[in-house]
Amino acid sequence: MSVLLIAEHNNKEVKPFTFNAITAASQIDQDLHVLVIGNKADEVSKSISQVPNVKKVIHIDNEIYENFLPENFTPVIIKQAENYSHIVCSANTFGKNLMPRVAALLDTSQVSDIIKVISTDTFLRPIYAGNAFATVKSTDQKKCVTIRPTSFDPAATSGGSAEIVKVEPSEATSLTKFIKREEVKSDRPELGTARVVISGGRGMQSGDNFKLITAIADKLNAAIGASRAAVDAGYITNDHQVGQTGKVVVPDLYIAVGISGAIQHLAGMKESKVIVAINKDGEAPIFSVADYGLEADLFEALPQFLEELNKLNTIQK
Amino acid sequence: MKILVAVKRVIDYNVQVRVKEDGTGVVTENVKMSTNPPDDNAVEEAVKIKESGKATEIVAVTVGDDKAQETVRKALAVGCDKGIHVKVDGIIEPLAVSKILQKIVDKEKPDLIFMGKQAIDDDCNQTGQMLAALLNWPQATFASKIEVKDKSLEVTREVDEGLETIEVNIPAIVTCDLRLNEPRYASLPNIMKAKKKPIEQINASDLGVDTKQRIEQIKVEEPPKRKAGIKVANVEELVQKLKNEAKVI
Repeated sequence: MSVLLIAEHNNKEVKPFTFNAITAASQIDQDLHVLVIGNKADEVSKSISQVPNVKKVIHIDNEIYENFLPENFTPVIIKQAENYSHIVCSANTFGKNLMPRVAALLDTSQVSDIIKVISTDTFLRPIYAGNAFATVKSTDQKKCVTIRPTSFDPAATSGGSAEIVKVEPSEATSLTKFIKREEVKSDRPELGTARVVISGGRGMQSGDNFKLITAIADKLNAAIGASRAAVDAGYITNDHQVGQTGKVVVPDLYIAVGISGAIQHLAGMKESKVIVAINKDGEAPIFSVADYGLEADLFEALPQFLEELNKLNTIQK
Repeated sequence: MKILVAVKRVIDYNVQVRVKEDGTGVVTENVKMSTNPPDDNAVEEAVKIKESGKATEIVAVTVGDDKAQETVRKALAVGCDKGIHVKVDGIIEPLAVSKILQKIVDKEKPDLIFMGKQAIDDDCNQTGQMLAALLNWPQATFASKIEVKDKSLEVTREVDEGLETIEVNIPAIVTCDLRLNEPRYASLPNIMKAKKKPIEQINASDLGVDTKQRIEQIKVEEPPKRKAGIKVANVEELVQKLKNEAKVI
């Protein structure tokens, strides 16, 4: 029995959540191999070969893999899958897009978004936006599993020296054509991995008012999040959305500002270590998950908050 | 052009879900049910494309127990032309649903298939991608914008990094994000008219699809509760607590 993990990367670097997925995958079985599919992605394979938990790296390189189209990835994964009991991937938009296409062709019922490995066939996963946890046992011979990266610690990134095996690519698809990717570049920590996250909701009233949040994020070296309502209203771009269908975050400190706390938003942040809610509606559901609630007008509270932070001699980064 | 839209009946998104005491699932008795929210966006998009003259027929399909038919009826009330209800009782996994939909596609021969990107009950996010694999069709998942071209669709997808645009050849499958559009409400006259539109009933067992569960649900439990927090009086107190008690800043 051995596990094949599909690495997420950008052809140059490994995406950080791949290391979390490696931890989960190695809990399923120690014999962990990682499949790197990309274009001129040698550096990616090299980085992964240095992860002590990884026993072997399989590298498939071709220009057809440049943009990670699942139509192109699936045939080579199916071919590799023969030798493995488990095919795993992180449950972010990369893995969510890809894994079910693989699972269907392997005639396997996929287990999505696991938060705990109980045994080689049994896993814990949230359902109903995290309002219930289900313990599920896969009875398929080959198992396809996606992993919620924030529920596992990242694996060590150095000290290993796994062999890298090159494998030939498959045919390209003509069904799908990649056109463009609009990535939002930022000097801030990534939302998914930041130690501190400060999020704004509909209560922010405009995109311009997010500057109040930005100022505090600068001070705390925090990532900026948002509720779906704020994204829908056009205050901020979709890559900031925290929630059931956005990103799941587990920072040490989560500050929710002007967010009422809809079920679907709570699903994305309620595992945070410390939660602060600032809202003028004292009955807002966000207060039910907050460690520290401040019932106040955010337009007064945020500038004061910044002022108080400025008074501190030291701030943890 | 013909569009097939798949809809699922789930516990309404506003309902606070409760876990059954015996750990076998969540309480569904006397709980408000409705169409899975992004499936409403899928229906809306299909209707808009038909209104623009680029599609001629929309078929709404659901897989589920007797009451699942309500979701098809609602789709008919906002502009779908015909319904199909594939009847199956008990838990049905995305793999089985996609195999059933494959049979419906063989029969109906749609050019496009739309559905929500994820159901808010099991949060699986699988069916569209699985169906695309079984049909060997291209997939455009998490769509927030769809442009219909001659023989293809240009689709903007919501991904972790931001937005991605791809072009998929028709026939294609699109899974819809909540930001794709604003679903309309059915008017009363249209609700009445929808009652006369046909809904074909098919038993899943007659389609020759194995719907047996491959994933055993061993138990369902409440997630660990957060211990109750406190309200602070002012910003100064908040910062002091964060610094000295929680030690996070």
